[in-house]
Amino acid sequence: MSKTVALTGNLACAHAMRQINPDVVAAYPITPQTTIVEEFSTFVANGQVDTEYVTVESEHSAMSACVGASAAGSRVITATSSQGLALMWEILYIASALRLPIVMHNVNRTLAGPINIHCDHQDSMGARDSGWIQIHCENAQEAYDTTIQAIRIAEDNRVRLPVLVCLDGFIISHAIDRLDMLDDPEVKKFVGEFEPAISMLDPEEPITVGPFDGLHGQFFEFRRAQELATLGSLPVIEEIGKEYGAVSGRPYGLIEEYKLDDAEIAIVVLGSTAGTTRVVVDSLRADGVKAGLLKIRSFRPFPIKQITDALSGVKAVAVLDRSLSPGAIGAPVFQEVRSALYDSESRVPIINFIYGLGGRDVSMGLIKEAYTVLSDIVKDGQVKQTINYLGLRE
Amino acid sequence: MASLRELSKKKDYLTGGHRLCAGCGHSIAVRQVLLASEDPVVVGCATGCLEVSTTIYPYTAWKCSYIHNAFENVAATISGVESAYQALKRRGKVDKELKFVAFGGDGGTYDIGLQSLSGALERGHNMLYVCCDNGAYMNTGIQRSSATPKGAWTTTTPVGSVRPGKPRRRKDLTAICADHNIPYVAQASISHWKDLHAKAAKALQTDGPAFLNILSPCPRGWRHPSDQTVKMAKLGVQTGYWPLYEVENGVWKVTVKVRQPKPVAEWFKLQGRFKHLFAPGNEALLADLQADVDSQRERILARCESTQE
Ligand SMILES: Cc1ncc(C[n+]2csc(CCOP(=O)(O)OP(=O)(O)O)c2C)c(N)n1
Ligand code: SF4
Ligand SMILES: [Mg+2]
Repeated sequence: MSKTVALTGNLACAHAMRQINPDVVAAYPITPQTTIVEEFSTFVANGQVDTEYVTVESEHSAMSACVGASAAGSRVITATSSQGLALMWEILYIASALRLPIVMHNVNRTLAGPINIHCDHQDSMGARDSGWIQIHCENAQEAYDTTIQAIRIAEDNRVRLPVLVCLDGFIISHAIDRLDMLDDPEVKKFVGEFEPAISMLDPEEPITVGPFDGLHGQFFEFRRAQELATLGSLPVIEEIGKEYGAVSGRPYGLIEEYKLDDAEIAIVVLGSTAGTTRVVVDSLRADGVKAGLLKIRSFRPFPIKQITDALSGVKAVAVLDRSLSPGAIGAPVFQEVRSALYDSESRVPIINFIYGLGGRDVSMGLIKEAYTVLSDIVKDGQVKQTINYLGLRE
Repeated sequence: MASLRELSKKKDYLTGGHRLCAGCGHSIAVRQVLLASEDPVVVGCATGCLEVSTTIYPYTAWKCSYIHNAFENVAATISGVESAYQALKRRGKVDKELKFVAFGGDGGTYDIGLQSLSGALERGHNMLYVCCDNGAYMNTGIQRSSATPKGAWTTTTPVGSVRPGKPRRRKDLTAICADHNIPYVAQASISHWKDLHAKAAKALQTDGPAFLNILSPCPRGWRHPSDQTVKMAKLGVQTGYWPLYEVENGVWKVTVKVRQPKPVAEWFKLQGRFKHLFAPGNEALLADLQADVDSQRERILARCESTQE
């Protein structure tokens, strides 16, 4: 049984945390994540959870304490944003290398400077190579559902990796949305009892965690093993998404296609902008334009086959990136989608639109503009400009 | 108080065969602290000599559970381990009594790890933090830290034609920890094993956070023969450079009285890191350093007097 509620994305995440009732939460507040930890604090204060809640003095310590708690054999959740995620950077790599199933919300906010509290994906793109699974959510419902699935993905013995659940700052985190919540016992059953792969708390079986890898060590092999585990999580994310669908009626995959089957032009995007794009697709379709949308849910691991298959029939693609990599050939999502398509037979023309940095509003009109450029490419048979900017004041 | 014979029969959590230099103070400090525990221990270790030398993969010198995370975060890391323990105990998943001990070097504690330590002390975790103070970043090749004594040579405070070693006096970390108003803080030395053992035992029995700062000479960095380690620590105490005291629930108390401190020069002259101080023309510098050590010692004695009932 589920119930329909109206909650902000952050409160939806906090409620998912309440229902999971993790052993340990170590977290530090930062806009726009703050209401997650505030709400969770009230659950602790009112005894609605019996989590050990560690109110650390920084995000660096938050992630450090999460590493200690997870290695000790407990189920751990945390949350951050932006500067906080950047401050954790060093420890993100250690958490994933130790193969600790920590789940963390990242409420996407740009990175200073200038200091700015609004949404873009610059922060989570900085965690791209950290060895964390990275899943992007479109709305509060997905943020709630993904939090619950993330526990299972992270703890799955075929995976054992930390998971970053990304939701767009303010757009998802602070907007009140309608969503369906599972009952507490359903969540409890779905996540199950945590059976840790390692524990530091059994004196009969002591373990050394985080040893020093000497000059002729195994570093390369460890990192490769981590890569294999990350790639191996692709079917697990799908499997758990399906299983969650059977319980909730909302199945999840690695990507989500919208009207792509017969589409000629397609936009690829992460996060909340997929919602806006879907509306634009509908309006273009009403005008007879064969537009489609590909939403990437799992950015790490990057589902290459699913993405190339989904785009195999289109004639022009635009990737919308909410981050900028100075000096690179386009932004990260574009780089990867283009790289994936390089090997495809069609070698469809592909362009990049960088948008929404520092919370710059992305309207339907702007997305329509992107589709118009794609239509022109199909018509003229040529790409005029590969890297483009939506909503930039020039 | 256990006798040496009794202690020698206790379980040693740090085995031989580690790769610390011969004469390193750290292994002495670690073993003396852990011997004082009546319960099994779980250890956290900051990056530094102790860490790199005791866990070279695929080997480990630790017979207890051990975690190394990074350089500046051992306090936060062990606080996470301890939090997991509290949670799992409450939920009936673990039942044994365990002690949680973090080891950090002076660099990992006075400098880069100070925030993490301060946060963990304030939060009140049931843990003991031990700083193994050898007065420099030894693991990376003897760079200065805020624990380095004034006047000492290090590779980042070299002795040159215009600068005679480290220009600033050291930070008083023990006092800083005491001013967190935690139940137990003490300063100890590997040379005074009874005093150290008693302090470690008290610290481990403390309900809440405890902090121990241990003088732990480094033959490489201090530039003394490796069979002189204990003597170096002892002179550190006897010159008044490293007063042995404890702060128990706000009461400061000297635990080993040094009635007539030896001149610091007697200690300095045995260490290559202070060699330049004895060159002609540096007499004023040496006098200045003596005055510094005296004033620091007097400050501690004054706090001891003022907080005794
Ligand atoms: C964030 C970070 N900065 C710098 C280093 C390099 N580093 C490793 S150990 C160390 C010094 C350790 O000194 P200390 O804590 O005094 O321990 P010791 O080796 O002297 O026992 C430094 C600078 C690091 N590992 N991580
Ligand atoms: S360099 Fe110094 S601190 Fe490091 S292992 Fe050798 S003696 Fe010990
Ligand atoms: Mg040191």
